[in-house]
Amino acid sequence: MRHGRYPLIVSFLLPPLVLYGVFVLSPYLQAFQISTTDWLGYSAQADPVGMANFRTLLHDGYVWNALKNNAILLALVPVLTIALGLFFATMLTMGGRKGRAGVSGVRGTSIYRLVYFFPQVLSVVIIALLWKEIYHPNSGLLNGTLRALGLPAPTWLGDPRFAFWCVLAVMVWSNVGFYVVLFGAAMQAIPRDIYEAVMLDGASRAVMLRKITIPLLWDTVQVAWIYLAIAALDGFILVQLMTNGGPNFSSDVIGMRMYDTAFGSETKFGYASAIGVVMFFLTLSVAVLALRAARRDRIEYS
Amino acid sequence: MTTVDDTAPATVAAPSRSKDRPLRRELGVANAFSHSFLVLWAAMTLLPLAWMFLSSLKSNSEILADPWGLPGALRFDNWTRAWTKAHIGQYFLNSAVVVAGSLTLTMLLGAAAAYVFARYEFRGRQVVYYLFVGGMMFPVFLALVPLFFVVRNAGLFGTWTGLILVYAAYSLPFTVFFLTAFFRTLPTSVAEAALIDGCGHFRLFFRVMLPMARPGLISVGIFNFLSHWNQFLLPQVLMQGDESKWVLAQGLNALAVNQGYAGDYAQLFAGLAIAVLPVLVVYVAFQRQIQAGLTAGQLK
Repeated sequence: MRHGRYPLIVSFLLPPLVLYGVFVLSPYLQAFQISTTDWLGYSAQADPVGMANFRTLLHDGYVWNALKNNAILLALVPVLTIALGLFFATMLTMGGRKGRAGVSGVRGTSIYRLVYFFPQVLSVVIIALLWKEIYHPNSGLLNGTLRALGLPAPTWLGDPRFAFWCVLAVMVWSNVGFYVVLFGAAMQAIPRDIYEAVMLDGASRAVMLRKITIPLLWDTVQVAWIYLAIAALDGFILVQLMTNGGPNFSSDVIGMRMYDTAFGSETKFGYASAIGVVMFFLTLSVAVLALRAARRDRIEYS
Repeated sequence: MTTVDDTAPATVAAPSRSKDRPLRRELGVANAFSHSFLVLWAAMTLLPLAWMFLSSLKSNSEILADPWGLPGALRFDNWTRAWTKAHIGQYFLNSAVVVAGSLTLTMLLGAAAAYVFARYEFRGRQVVYYLFVGGMMFPVFLALVPLFFVVRNAGLFGTWTGLILVYAAYSLPFTVFFLTAFFRTLPTSVAEAALIDGCGHFRLFFRVMLPMARPGLISVGIFNFLSHWNQFLLPQVLMQGDESKWVLAQGLNALAVNQGYAGDYAQLFAGLAIAVLPVLVVYVAFQRQIQAGLTAGQLK
């Protein structure tokens, strides 16, 4: 029976491991090494400079500006997305009238889910390009509407005061539907009897949401928070395609900084890798912090 | 793994008539209020897409004159122009070729590795597993610069083979993570019976275990398909230069850049519409599987 065991293990494990090692693991490890050099692109010349790149980073105003924007995304995108997602999911799973069946969704729940979720299957490139046209100062859908209503029509992505917030709005827009479905699925796993019991005790919907649904959904919300936080530290494609970081760096994000440093007009690979290392540690610590924070809250509830 | 059961609650809403009227009226008001939010969000999702389809059939002067206006005539030549002149058709095909390759490779290697991790004991298994799955934690940005050179030194820069291998490599951690968990949930008795009956280890995998793992394979397959199809960052870095090999996302971006110079809005909208349409059709047809497949990964 043992015959043929090791051939299988080796032949099944070796190809994926080689692929993973060559294209994933080795670049990650090299990135750390490159981040301590002054490598300037296509020549092989790269001298070790120790922590110099990271010291430069500390005083790089553009990097700090980009980080500030990522911090705003981090503070707002998860909260807004989760709040909207929870609200809509609640409406869809238990917003319906009280009937004999107890808790139920509104009419047309499946249609709403179908519509809400759709942006999730679209490429971010399509979303970015479509919204860029919607925000277009002259021919865009948004200003067309505002003008029809007799309201002022700003230049949105061309205005340093608005550009960043326009991108943030698109980020929330494109994510909400996914979390409506995710939370909805988790809510349906909650036994109906619990709701029927507290409803008999006269609990309102708001109380039900706060005291039952959210505590029981906490694991899912926590996962959602981590995913959204990591997405908020990225945002590269939306920014690059909608505003290219501008106007005047007002909508810059750290991924954009890194990409521009490495593949833009100058090819500072050493410095770009240092930014990449910073992104790695940021992502890691945000994930760990989110896990920690969420876990503490959970104890309060239980 | 959670399958989404989303039709059940909608149908059980059978309001009891005539009893508790004031309560019902109060709920009716609250309902109408919150229902309007649901409608509002649905409109915010649908309007941009409807606008895109509508604009793709308008002439450029119509688009510029009135964003809300209806097309005077349905100008399908916009679509033809985008498909042929802007090469969206070509890019579409390129994307299909790349994704067909990368998805096959990802699923094959991912399932094989996951199966070994889930079902075989060997020394160092834990270490190798965590090394593998740990790849999920890293932002792709960190690897971008060295990856560029790894791919170039391998002679794969600007080739579909390069893209296929890189897509597959970066999808493996999640695929292995997901499928290992899935293979562990499958009963061991079937495999044992097959081995006792003289079934070889390879045959066991292909004939017994893979078919049993179908639901998991479909979930993670949908997830990978979408992430490969929508990939932009990796082709942008690894597929510069030769335009004829670009994937759809790059082609659309080029179309948008070109619109900035030439001012051909209709062509851009048509290109976007062409890219959205098949996704929309497949999504509506397989809504439940797709939603379940994408959310399953997060609920783990």
